[in-house]
Amino acid sequence: MSTKGGKPSGGGPKETKEKWELRLYTAGQTPKSLAAFRNLQKVCEQHLPGQYEIEVIDLLANPRLAKDHQIVAIPTLVRKLPNPIRKIIGDLSDVERTLVGLELRPR
Amino acid sequence: MGKSEPASRARARNSLPKTPTGISGLDEITLGGLPKGRPTLVCGSAGCGKTLFAMEFLLRGAQDFGENGVFIAFEETEKDLSENVRSLGLDLNRLVAQEKIAVDYIHIEPQEIAETGDYDLEGLFLRLGMAIDAVGAKRIVIDTIETLFGGFTNQGLLRAEIRRLFRWLKDRGVTAIITGERGDGQLTRQGLEEYVSDCVILLDHRVHDQVSTRRLRIVKYRGTTHGTNEYPFLIDEDGISVLPVTEMGLDHAASTERISSGVPRLDAMLGGQGYYRGSSILVSGTAGSGKTSLAAHFANATCERGERCLYLAFEESRAQLARNMKSIGLDLERWIKKGLLRFEASRPQLYGLEMHLAHIHKLVKELDPAVVIIDPVSNFTSSGTRNDSEAMLMRLIDFLKARGTTAMLVNLTSGGEATEKTEVGISSIIDTWLLVRDIELGGERNRGMYILKSRGMKHSNQIREFVITPEGIDLLDVYVGPEGVLTGSMRAAQEAKEAALGITRRQESERKERELQLRRTALEAQIAALRAEFDAVEQEAAIARTQNELRERLVTEDRAAAAVRRGADAVPLPRKGKGK
Repeated sequence: MSTKGGKPSGGGPKETKEKWELRLYTAGQTPKSLAAFRNLQKVCEQHLPGQYEIEVIDLLANPRLAKDHQIVAIPTLVRKLPNPIRKIIGDLSDVERTLVGLELRPR
Repeated sequence: MGKSEPASRARARNSLPKTPTGISGLDEITLGGLPKGRPTLVCGSAGCGKTLFAMEFLLRGAQDFGENGVFIAFEETEKDLSENVRSLGLDLNRLVAQEKIAVDYIHIEPQEIAETGDYDLEGLFLRLGMAIDAVGAKRIVIDTIETLFGGFTNQGLLRAEIRRLFRWLKDRGVTAIITGERGDGQLTRQGLEEYVSDCVILLDHRVHDQVSTRRLRIVKYRGTTHGTNEYPFLIDEDGISVLPVTEMGLDHAASTERISSGVPRLDAMLGGQGYYRGSSILVSGTAGSGKTSLAAHFANATCERGERCLYLAFEESRAQLARNMKSIGLDLERWIKKGLLRFEASRPQLYGLEMHLAHIHKLVKELDPAVVIIDPVSNFTSSGTRNDSEAMLMRLIDFLKARGTTAMLVNLTSGGEATEKTEVGISSIIDTWLLVRDIELGGERNRGMYILKSRGMKHSNQIREFVITPEGIDLLDVYVGPEGVLTGSMRAAQEAKEAALGITRRQESERKERELQLRRTALEAQIAALRAEFDAVEQEAAIARTQNELRERLVTEDRAAAAVRRGADAVPLPRKGKGK
């Protein structure tokens, strides 16, 4: 369920920019999950073109990961890279908060 | 609502199915346990034992009832939990290894989480579901869900999710315990009680006079009857035990069997047969009045019958007591060796009252004695308030009565107070009350004993002098006479005086008797003399009478002879006159 975004549409890699690894936890194809994925893609396209990677983990298919990765709320977005790890919950419809949460914009 | 009484009773009898907790005492209060397949809220302030309570419910379920369980921890890691419960003799790790218990530590770090719109707690549900499925759980503990409120800012959403969680738990049919922190003015800080409507249990931890007491109360339990009191509970090496002793009520059987007090004369005072089996006996008196000796006699008599006796000594050590009793001719050591007598000596201040009560319970259950002696109960007031200690003793007596165990309580009264007043708190539940008191008289102190009351038997109302000899206790009649009640050497002196007086009186009466005898003899002699005189007079009178008759006859004969001589007719003729 891993979706590599950015590379085809990002217009070539920019060496100076760091790589973003994002992981979106969902539980089935719920409206909230789909909305979160859409919103995430939109934000990434806008602010991180060509330097992001989104991995979607469906906990229904793999519930063990909820325990292993300490997931409670759905959807949860985890920024694995760049460090430090950041956790955002919600469908990412609040773009402003999403940007702050991902530290794409100073608080 | 007039006819609702039998209906509600019928409902109580076949009320909703319950899941036994295995926590000693709790299942009695709840009449069977927690509501099966429903959530129960256990709330209380920090450190009141919520987590332990929940954990014991889970582990007992897995160990004793074959119901596996899940522990969802929000506050402690699995390792911490395992260490915490090990001190209670519960092995969490083993049960986890056997896949009877699953533990999931849910870590929520508020600072890490930013909220960006709509979300739900499906992750939590997934984790619960997975844990439940992993062990086939029938029981679940969530400790404590309130942590969520710190982790998420959208309270409305959170509450909706918690509501959904409880519904979900019910649908899964697991018996759940949800813990909650006590809040101001409400049972839990986040008002969890609004979600859990079936059963709410409140734990409390109070410190009074530096002695802490834990208490448990069932705030509500829908659809069933339950004990409504505050029940003390304690946490010791066997886990939690709740003491529902006041629930015993007054339906215990009353034995008509009598058992000896160990002092024959006292038995005689008690209608000739001693105490009732299963009754409660109070021995009260001032210091040094011989209460312990009396108790030891009772213990001795119990063991002589081949019954077991539990002696709880709060003042003397076992060795000291055995030695002291030897000095009055009681060999208690042999009963200890035989296993019939069990001494438990400890200071009352050592634990709180509830701990004592629980300790006594445990001992009684272990030993199953016929007689329990507590010497003295008055010391309990030093490990709790007077009210508390009275309540505790009442519960203890109820407990023992329900078992048919005879209880002897020794009570030390302080000299100044009125002896009958000091134990007002428990006197009403005492069946036989012996009072040993000092009688100060004539420069010495003697012991007097009487029976203040003894329910259901004819008993002596007299004061006996209570003498402790090297052969044991003896009861003597006190001197009661015109000089008042005398004891000890005064009694002896009085008795000697009386004896002397008696001798004098006897001699006097003997003398009088002799005198009377003499007079009687004299009078009888007089009577004899008079009779003799009377007889003489009688005789004389008879002679005189005979002489008279003789003379009379002679006169008549003379006249006839003269007539013949004159030639008169033999038969006097009728007179013609002039013949002569």
